[in-house]
Amino acid sequence: MIRLLSIVFLAGGPGAAGAQDLDAAAVQVLAGPCASCHGPDGRSPGAIPSIAGLPEATAAERMLAFRDGADPAATIMPRLMKGYDEAQIRALAHWFAEIGS
Amino acid sequence: MRATRRDMLLAMGAGMGTLALPQILRAQAAAHVAVVGGGFGGATAARYLRRLNPDLRITLVEPQEQFVTCPFSNLYLGRLRDWDSITHGFDGLRAAGIEVIHARAEDVDGSARSLGLSNGARLDWDRLVLSPGIDFRWGDLAGYDEAAAELAPHAWKAGPQTQLLRRQLEAMEDGGTFVMVVPQGAFRCPPGPYERASMVAHYFKTHKPRSRVLILDSQDRFAKQPLFRQGWQALYGEMIEWVGQSDDGLVVEVDASTRTALTAFGTRHKADVLNVIPPQKAGLIAERAGVTDETGWVPVRADRFESVHVPGVYVLGDATIAAPMPKSGFCANAQAKVAAAAITADLAGREPPPASFANTCYSLVGPGWGISVAGVYRAEGGKVVEVAGSGGVSPLEAGPEFRQAEADHGAGWYASICADIWGTA
Repeated sequence: MIRLLSIVFLAGGPGAAGAQDLDAAAVQVLAGPCASCHGPDGRSPGAIPSIAGLPEATAAERMLAFRDGADPAATIMPRLMKGYDEAQIRALAHWFAEIGS
Repeated sequence: MRATRRDMLLAMGAGMGTLALPQILRAQAAAHVAVVGGGFGGATAARYLRRLNPDLRITLVEPQEQFVTCPFSNLYLGRLRDWDSITHGFDGLRAAGIEVIHARAEDVDGSARSLGLSNGARLDWDRLVLSPGIDFRWGDLAGYDEAAAELAPHAWKAGPQTQLLRRQLEAMEDGGTFVMVVPQGAFRCPPGPYERASMVAHYFKTHKPRSRVLILDSQDRFAKQPLFRQGWQALYGEMIEWVGQSDDGLVVEVDASTRTALTAFGTRHKADVLNVIPPQKAGLIAERAGVTDETGWVPVRADRFESVHVPGVYVLGDATIAAPMPKSGFCANAQAKVAAAAITADLAGREPPPASFANTCYSLVGPGWGISVAGVYRAEGGKVVEVAGSGGVSPLEAGPEFRQAEADHGAGWYASICADIWGTA
């Protein structure tokens, strides 16, 4: 929890609206819909990549690239990531890194 | 700040002596959450409640021993999926420590906090989750009732009706016409009729190439319309004809015995296979629980999906008024996770965490040709709102690799969400 809050703090500043709400329970809710495509706890049984245990920095970078339209091969992730601010994205990256693969 | 149960317990214990204590202690030790409906909303709620608080007692009430999903049932009609692959049992939920009762929920007493079942049992609950799906407004469309559905299936609840429709398609002679009637008002799975038309056309193209598909629609626009039309043209040429309301698509009467649909302008369409998707409302138990409004659907508090009418009763999925979230399995799953977090927090005397939802709906236009719509939502001022700038549909100009990827992702989504809900894939 302390680590999570510190992540949020580091990611704060302009554009980080709602960051003050990001305690563990809030991040768990944010992460809820991820499982619907990436599998329970981010472990996918099918064609969509697993995200559990992805290194935090890699995952955050990837999600931010989706959001900013920097991945021309992406399909649905840009549309989804545009719904989250940077603090939320970094908190999600931390969440799935902590779960472990 | 509200008192926690623990504070209340201490205060009550001090005030009332020890007599009342054992009962209160029992409630505190193992709050009971009853969940009605084993589909995308209910089964998710049960599983996530268990994960969030292993001490809760959770009972899932679902009449069917096996749940057949509406998502991917169109692929069964198109012979791209077998029946077993869209059928899910409840062993995974039992293994997670959830009691599963196969009975129908008959009535809800919101004041006494109890639930009556078709097997005669009565369950007391501390919190109730209703995820009853849809029921049909039989009779709203003249000539279409439950008996008519045995001749002209709706197949809008997956199960025997879906199998009946497939048998009729298989029995149809090449050169026949499949007619689908799309209803007025809100209905489950907005892109569903058009995916179904696609899958029937795929079956015709591969087995009965002289046949045609006619969609008689009460709407003038439909979900993912440009994407569907592009795919239909590319894969099926002129096989699929769509008639919108303004062009005489509105069907006002059905004769199931002759498989005829009569439109508002007086045109009679004779079908070889007639598929009537009837007007809809929230599942009956929602009405009996007193949580529906005059529309027949259920208004909820957007930040937790608790009924605005009956405190302690949470309602999920297709039954709810949650626009701009569509009536989709993905949304029911997302709403269930928010409700599970809210219930867990509430039982512990905490405020629920901020709600956050997403939706992704894949439709298959043909093998290797998938399209999607997505959205991200949160609760604001008591309503569900779409996060500005998020979501939208697949690009119209995308190439075959993109369509193939979305077809693969659709299958991947199905495997993941079934694992997430029933523990099956």
